[in-house]
Amino acid sequence: MKTLTNAPFWLLLVVIAVVAAAPVALNNVSLREDFFLILMLIILASSTNIIMGYTGYVSFGHIVFFGTGGYIAFFLMQSLQLHFVLAALCGGIAASVMALLIGVPVLRLRGAYFALATIGINEAMRSFVTNFEPFGGSIGMFFNFSVYDAYGGAKNAGQLAYYGIVAVALLTVAASFLIKKSKFGLGLMAIREDQDAAQVLGIDPARLKVLTYTISAFFPALAGAIFFFKNGIIEPGPAFELHRSIEALVMVMLGGYGTVTGPIVGAIVYDRLRSTLITAPPINLGTLTINLSNFHLVIAGVLLLAIVLFVPAGLIGWLRQRFAPVRRYLE
Amino acid sequence: MSSKLSHLLFLGGLLMLVMLAACAPAPTPAPTAAPPTAAPKATEAPKPAAPTTAAAPAGAAKRLLIGFTASQTGAQQVASQKQTEGLQLWLDDVKKAGGIKLKDGTLYMPEMKFYDDESKTDRVQALYTKLINEDKADFLLSPYSSGLAKAAAVVSEQNDKVMITAGAADDATMEQGFKKTFQLYTPASRYLTGAVDMFKKFVPDGKKIAIVYEKDSFSTSVAQALQPYAKSAGYEVVVYEGYDTGTTDFAPFINKITATNPDAIMGGGHFADGTTFAKQLFEKKVPVKFVSLLVAPPEPTFKDIGDAAVAIIGPSQWEPQVTYSTESAKAAGLPYYGLSAKAFTDAYVAKYKSQPSYHSAGGYAQGLILQKAIEDADSIDPAKVVAALDKMKLMTFYGVIQFSTEAKTHGKQAAHDMVYMQWQKNAAGALVTQIVWPLEAKSADAILRK
Amino acid sequence: MNLEALIASSFDGLMLGFVYGLMAMGLTLIFGVMKVINLGHGPVIVIGMFAVLVMSQALGINPYLTLPVVAVLGIAFGVVMYFISLHRVINAPELTTLLATFAVNLIITGLMTVIFSTSPRGLDVSLGALQFGAVTILGTRVTAVVIAVIVTAALYFFLYRTRQGKSIRAVANNRNAAELMGIDSTWMLALSFGLGIMLAMISGALLATLFSFTVLSGGGLETKSFVIVVLGGLGNPTGALFGGIIIGLLESITTIFIPVSWVPVLEFVVFVLILLVRPNGIFGAR
Repeated sequence: MKTLTNAPFWLLLVVIAVVAAAPVALNNVSLREDFFLILMLIILASSTNIIMGYTGYVSFGHIVFFGTGGYIAFFLMQSLQLHFVLAALCGGIAASVMALLIGVPVLRLRGAYFALATIGINEAMRSFVTNFEPFGGSIGMFFNFSVYDAYGGAKNAGQLAYYGIVAVALLTVAASFLIKKSKFGLGLMAIREDQDAAQVLGIDPARLKVLTYTISAFFPALAGAIFFFKNGIIEPGPAFELHRSIEALVMVMLGGYGTVTGPIVGAIVYDRLRSTLITAPPINLGTLTINLSNFHLVIAGVLLLAIVLFVPAGLIGWLRQRFAPVRRYLE
Repeated sequence: MSSKLSHLLFLGGLLMLVMLAACAPAPTPAPTAAPPTAAPKATEAPKPAAPTTAAAPAGAAKRLLIGFTASQTGAQQVASQKQTEGLQLWLDDVKKAGGIKLKDGTLYMPEMKFYDDESKTDRVQALYTKLINEDKADFLLSPYSSGLAKAAAVVSEQNDKVMITAGAADDATMEQGFKKTFQLYTPASRYLTGAVDMFKKFVPDGKKIAIVYEKDSFSTSVAQALQPYAKSAGYEVVVYEGYDTGTTDFAPFINKITATNPDAIMGGGHFADGTTFAKQLFEKKVPVKFVSLLVAPPEPTFKDIGDAAVAIIGPSQWEPQVTYSTESAKAAGLPYYGLSAKAFTDAYVAKYKSQPSYHSAGGYAQGLILQKAIEDADSIDPAKVVAALDKMKLMTFYGVIQFSTEAKTHGKQAAHDMVYMQWQKNAAGALVTQIVWPLEAKSADAILRK
Repeated sequence: MNLEALIASSFDGLMLGFVYGLMAMGLTLIFGVMKVINLGHGPVIVIGMFAVLVMSQALGINPYLTLPVVAVLGIAFGVVMYFISLHRVINAPELTTLLATFAVNLIITGLMTVIFSTSPRGLDVSLGALQFGAVTILGTRVTAVVIAVIVTAALYFFLYRTRQGKSIRAVANNRNAAELMGIDSTWMLALSFGLGIMLAMISGALLATLFSFTVLSGGGLETKSFVIVVLGGLGNPTGALFGGIIIGLLESITTIFIPVSWVPVLEFVVFVLILLVRPNGIFGAR
């Protein structure tokens, strides 16, 4: 593969790895927690971008794979005492198999119909798990605190979860890069631009799309497994939260749809923005005190609207349009 | 339409939003807002953002930082806000008293710092880590609701911080073998068992109970404990079903329940669902004498539904009419600590212009119990404070407090009891809440639905 | 199983179905005319609820008399929302409009939370009830059905009998051709968005007379609207009314036969299946 000798590809991965190593090197736990969340969002945004950015299919309910992966891994860890890494992989594979099965019929739908179907699948799954007693039904499942002893205590388990999320984030970004630069990726973009024309050129859209959907389901499932392992509890509501899916779409748009670095930048900007607003001190304007944290939803909405209306290509997309030399380095 | 005009309209719209935003009242007190009567030494209070790690001047009180997350947005916002208000009131009282004094004369001045958790688990662990490592919080309180509290406890336990939970009634949370987490609320498994006792007393010929509950973690735990209790008390449980969290219409479900002719309906879930359920029971004239629902009835806006609220019973951790006092403590052979329930209610009404709910009382009690534990331990060393909490058995305005010391359920609340409130009409025809159970705490006699 | 309960529930579901239909009609009208899925639909329904609450509790107006005011507010708000959030991107790919309307969703929810908090609210309206055995027919539900039917009829009169309405349909059919015929398509798009928002707000107002609600009630109602819209065929207002009735009946009848927590599972499975088998809705052409 030509990409493997491509400098920007390695540069991007090395930058992520070095930055992600910083909290460990500095031994700064709260930085590590912040980075954990950002890396998780990068995984969610990048994997959504693989299906959405490259094929044009807007998967609104992509979070269904996050929840499914999380639930299956949690179940295996709790009832079979499976090791966390193994359990996470099982969760990932299960989510991919699920994507394969539902992808075949659902990817025949186009545009808004596909988007609505993914919402329906997520909601059906959420309400099903709520009733599914082996997974704890509506109470969900929780670890006894001593589960973490197998990993050297809760503190070490937190560290382990961090290494896990870094690895998955690197994997996701690498996959996103490789797909975009491969012949496979070119086929996908052809589908995005004109599915019928692509078919005439001898591309099998159905096979390609299902394969992409299957790949894009794998990474959020791993992220879910790690997230809920670290949380120590899993419940249907937080596992299949539609809102989180939509947030991932927002990040993709923010950074730049169809680019590799866009979702990464989008995830970072979105998370920092939310976090800053949440922890912001109140502003005093004479007699008036405005507590920004009460308005973070409003501010996030206004900013999103401004970006959608005025910078539709996203930050990276805008840079690429504006400064041609950047295109060689920012995919 | 020219694009210039649409730009203008967009800007105009934004301006409108900003103005709207500026006019709206801020519902929560600013973090670490200084009370009007702040002690002169608490000069750090108005700078909530800067982690004020600078040592206090010699001879002054040492800062004691209490950290937590609150839900300023999202589903838990109402309850969480009340809880924070209660805590703020405790903080005011401690400041008025000049801080928490140890025997050697060391003085600690508590301060609180909190972040918004948006009612979601996503950021809870990151924020608690930040509170511990960056803000250097000395003690932690829980977020509101069991799910969030569980996620927070994982972090507090691994960092060896003492955390006192309120608004987290789940049994499962406290059965994970925690060592430094202490629960103030009566656990979910005991939420409605008193309702069965009460039903037995008031409707001696009742035979059938319908248990209906929201399919979420808290309500399901309540129902799972309620069902065997009702059966063992000799009742036939004719319906035992959960409904989805998003349910808006209960009419068909009520038809199904009515078809089984229950004498009592117990269960419920949270706010909107509980209120609608009560309203539709009334509209459909369901002939059930006894209805006890979770969470919604103690909420003041429950009376929006008018006559439908009459005779609805709700379990509550605390109500303003409770009668815990130095006398009742003496009678029970327990020490009494802190202010009286009336003093709490009066101070709360004076400060926030609204009645305190049990969430408010829980918030105040969190601070109060922590204060008592520090005084007993005569130290802020976590191990000593844990030992003091383990030994604690006392009565406060909030009720009796004692924590389990068994390894598996360590820190689980063992003594605090629920009270049961009921909406009734007073002489003037206005809707008011009364405590109707337990009998020794009642402020009025219970009435039955017609 | 109990026959009486089944009959009673069928009536309840049927009546509620009309309100559900009205609720989804706003969503489907907007999609039909401008191919936009309005992700701000839920919060707009909530605005309708709180508009009634504020007017009836603060000003003491009968909730039903506030409906015309709610309708006017709805059109005005919809037109403003169109120009702020959609006009610039109306020809962009659907993802863009989805996110633009989602941004509006965040803004409305955020502001409403600050102003009203997330306390449960309810209206104390009672119009009596007729009882036949287990069947209870509530005055509030009957009124809601009547109003839903009137609003639907008025919408049809407007779309098929007035010049403006015909222009909207022309724009929905083929925007370019409509413009060539001298129709101001921008205004028609804004107006139809306004109508869609108005329908959502009126349905919110009617729902407020039936159920308790919070600032966050919109989420579930929005997903329900999606289900109804797909059932009736995206872009088809009559279909939405029938879709609403079908969902109302489906929910109420299945409740009697299966544990009530399985009803949403069934509902969403049906939803996905219909999308796969008959994406144009059960009444649409295959």
